[in-house]
Amino acid sequence: MGKTVLSIENIVKKFGNVAAVNGVSLTIQDGDFFALLGPSGCGKTTLLRMLGGFDSPTSGHIFMDGIDITDVPPNKRQINMLFQSYAVFPHMNVEDNVAYGLRMEKRPTTEINQRVQEALALVRMEEFAKRPPDKLSGGQRQRVALARALIKKPRILLLDEPLSALDAKLRGAMQTELVRLQQTVGITFIIVTHDQDEALSMATRIAVMDEGSFCQVDAPRVLYEAPSSRFVADFIGRMNMHECIVIAEQDNGYCINAGGDMGEISVRHAPLPGVRAGDKIYYGVRPEKVIFSKDKPADNVGNAVVLENYSYHGDETLLYCRSQDGTLWTCTLTNDRRNFTPVNVGELGWLTWAADNMILLAK
Amino acid sequence: MSKPALLDYAARWWMRLFLAMFFLLLYAPIVILIIFSFNDSKRNIVWRGATGKYYAKAWANDSLIEAFINSLTIAVANMIVGTLLGVITAILLWRFRFPAKKAVEGVLALPIVIPEICMGVAMLVFFNKWWPNNLVWPLNLVNIIIAHVTFTFPFVAVIVRGQLAGLNREFELAAMDLGASEWRAMIDVLLPQIKPSIIAGALIAFTLSLEDFVITYFTAGPDSITLPVKINSMVRFSVTPEVNAASTILIIITIVAVWLAMRIQKEKTNG
Ligand SMILES: Nc1ncnc2c1ncn2[C@@H]1O[C@H](COP(=O)(O)OP(=O)(O)OP(=O)(O)O)[C@@H](O)[C@H]1O
Ligand SMILES: [Mg+2]
Repeated sequence: MGKTVLSIENIVKKFGNVAAVNGVSLTIQDGDFFALLGPSGCGKTTLLRMLGGFDSPTSGHIFMDGIDITDVPPNKRQINMLFQSYAVFPHMNVEDNVAYGLRMEKRPTTEINQRVQEALALVRMEEFAKRPPDKLSGGQRQRVALARALIKKPRILLLDEPLSALDAKLRGAMQTELVRLQQTVGITFIIVTHDQDEALSMATRIAVMDEGSFCQVDAPRVLYEAPSSRFVADFIGRMNMHECIVIAEQDNGYCINAGGDMGEISVRHAPLPGVRAGDKIYYGVRPEKVIFSKDKPADNVGNAVVLENYSYHGDETLLYCRSQDGTLWTCTLTNDRRNFTPVNVGELGWLTWAADNMILLAK
Repeated sequence: MSKPALLDYAARWWMRLFLAMFFLLLYAPIVILIIFSFNDSKRNIVWRGATGKYYAKAWANDSLIEAFINSLTIAVANMIVGTLLGVITAILLWRFRFPAKKAVEGVLALPIVIPEICMGVAMLVFFNKWWPNNLVWPLNLVNIIIAHVTFTFPFVAVIVRGQLAGLNREFELAAMDLGASEWRAMIDVLLPQIKPSIIAGALIAFTLSLEDFVITYFTAGPDSITLPVKINSMVRFSVTPEVNAASTILIIITIVAVWLAMRIQKEKTNG
C-alpha cells in the first residue's frame, strides 16, 4: 500500500489535430480504487486504452514500477482490462473463457483447472462453468469477464464503464461486489464512469476530466466538499452557485459580499491563490446544506425566498426557490416522516445556511 | 376459420398460389430433368418406363467420368485456394488502413460484375500467351483453377467482409489483453466468429467453380474438359437421358454440399 505502481507523464493523444487527451499527468498508488470521471467525450476511454496498451500516445510516457511501458504491447503488460461490452468470447463456455489467459501463459492443466475454480468462486459463478455466454444475463457475463481478467493476477485492472449496461438495482449490487473484490484481491482498479454516485461511493481517489485534461484529482470527500473549480463543483452533485465580491482577506478565510439579503459574510476557507480584495469570484453551497424555514435562523446567512416549485424523489424532496433579486436556489428536504406534506408552492420563507458551508471558487 | 393475422401471408389463397407457381417455375425443369434421366428411351421426349441404364452408361463413358473427375478436382482446389485468398483479403481490408483502400475494394468487386464472357476471353488471351501447354494431369488443370480462383475469391471476400463489418473488435483486443499475440487472437477469436461466412463463402466458391461453363470453356484444353463443357458438347448431338443422368449427379453433389455446409453451421450455433 502507498507505493506508486503507475505513473503517467504528460500524455497527449491526438486524432488528426484534435487532442482527445491533452497533457495528462498522474500517479496511482498500489491498492487504489481510482475513478476517471467526466462528461461524455472528454477522453476517458482514450486514456484507459493507452494504459492498456491498445493505443499509443502521441507524446508522453507511462511508467509501471518506474519502468517505461509506453511501447509495451497489451499482451506483455501486467495490466488487464474489462471492456465496456465485456467481450466474453461467444464460442467458448464460461470455463474456457476464464481459462483463456492462463492457456496463453501455457500453464499446466492442473494449475489452470484449480485457478479457474478459484476465479469462478471469487465472482460466485461456480455453477455456471459449462454455460455458453449467450445463456447468461448481463450481470453474469460481466462476472465472467471479471474472473477472466483477475485470474491473470494483474497489477492493475482497467474497467471501462463496467456498470453502465446494468439496471439500477443490479448496478448497486455490482458496485458493492466490485469494492469487495478489489479489497479481496488487492489489485489496483482504474475505473471509468460518468456516474458520479458510482465514483463517489466506490473510489478511493477520483480524477475529474474535461476536454482531455484533469480538472482535479482528489479523494471523493475532498472533491465533493472542496471542489477547486466551478466545473468540478457543478459536475459533482448539485450546487447553488452565484457571484460575489471579495471584500477582504482574513486570517483563516475571506469576507465576501454576496448581495441580496446577505450583505457581507465572513467565510472560513482555505486560501485561494491569487485572489485579492475587490475580485469577483463565485461562492457555492450544496442544496442539502441549505434549510428552508418560516423565519430566519439567527446564526445562518441566506435570503428571503418564494417557493416556486418542487420535485418529489421518494427519499427526498427538492425545493426550487427564487429570491427577491431573481436568482434561483435549490434546497433538499429529507422526507424523514411518512405523513409529511412539506411544502406548498407559493409559500414564503427563508433559505439559509451556516456560513462555513460555503465554498469559494476563484475559477 | 378466423381472419388471418396481418403478417400471416401464407394463410391467403393468392399468396399460396403465388408461392406454388414460384416453386413450380423454379424447380419444375430440374424435377423433369431428374425424372427423364430414368427414362427408358433414346429420344428423351416420351416416357417409356423407368430404367437406371443411363446411369450405367454414363458410368461406362470414360470421357464423361474423366470430365467429372476434372470438375471435382478443380472445384475442390478452387474452393481451398479461393477461400484462403478471400478470407485473407477480407481481413486485410477490414483490419488495416492503407492508401487507396476504397479503390482496392472497388477493384475487388470487378470480377463479380464483369460479364463472364469478357473474363473468359481475357483468360484465353492470357493463358495462350503465357502458359505452357501439354502438361500432365493434374497440372493441366492449373490454368482453369487459376481462372476460377480469380472470379470466385471476390465472392468469398465480399461475404466474409460483410460479417466482419458487424464484428465487435473488442473480442480480439480482449484476447490480446489476456496474453494472446495478434496472430493467436486472430485464430482463437476472430476466425471462429466468422466461420459461418467462411463456410458460406467456400460453398459458393465450390458451386460456382463446379457449374462454371463460360470461363472454363475458354480456358479448357482438349485434355482438360470439365463436366459442364462435356455436357455442352454432348447436347450438341442430342439430349440423351445420359446427359440427364450426368446433370442429375451434378445437381445431387451441389445439394449434398449445401446440406453439409448447413449442418456444419447448425452444429456450430448449437455449441
Ligand atoms: N479513433 C478515433 N478517431 C477520431 N476521434 C476519436 C477516436 N476515438 C475517440 N475519438 C474522439 O476523442 C474524444 C474522446 O473520446 P473518448 O472515447 O475517450 O471519450 P469518453 O470520455 O470515453 O466518452 P464516453 O463517456 O462517451 O465513453 C471524442 O471527442 C471522440 O470523438
Ligand atoms: Mg468511453
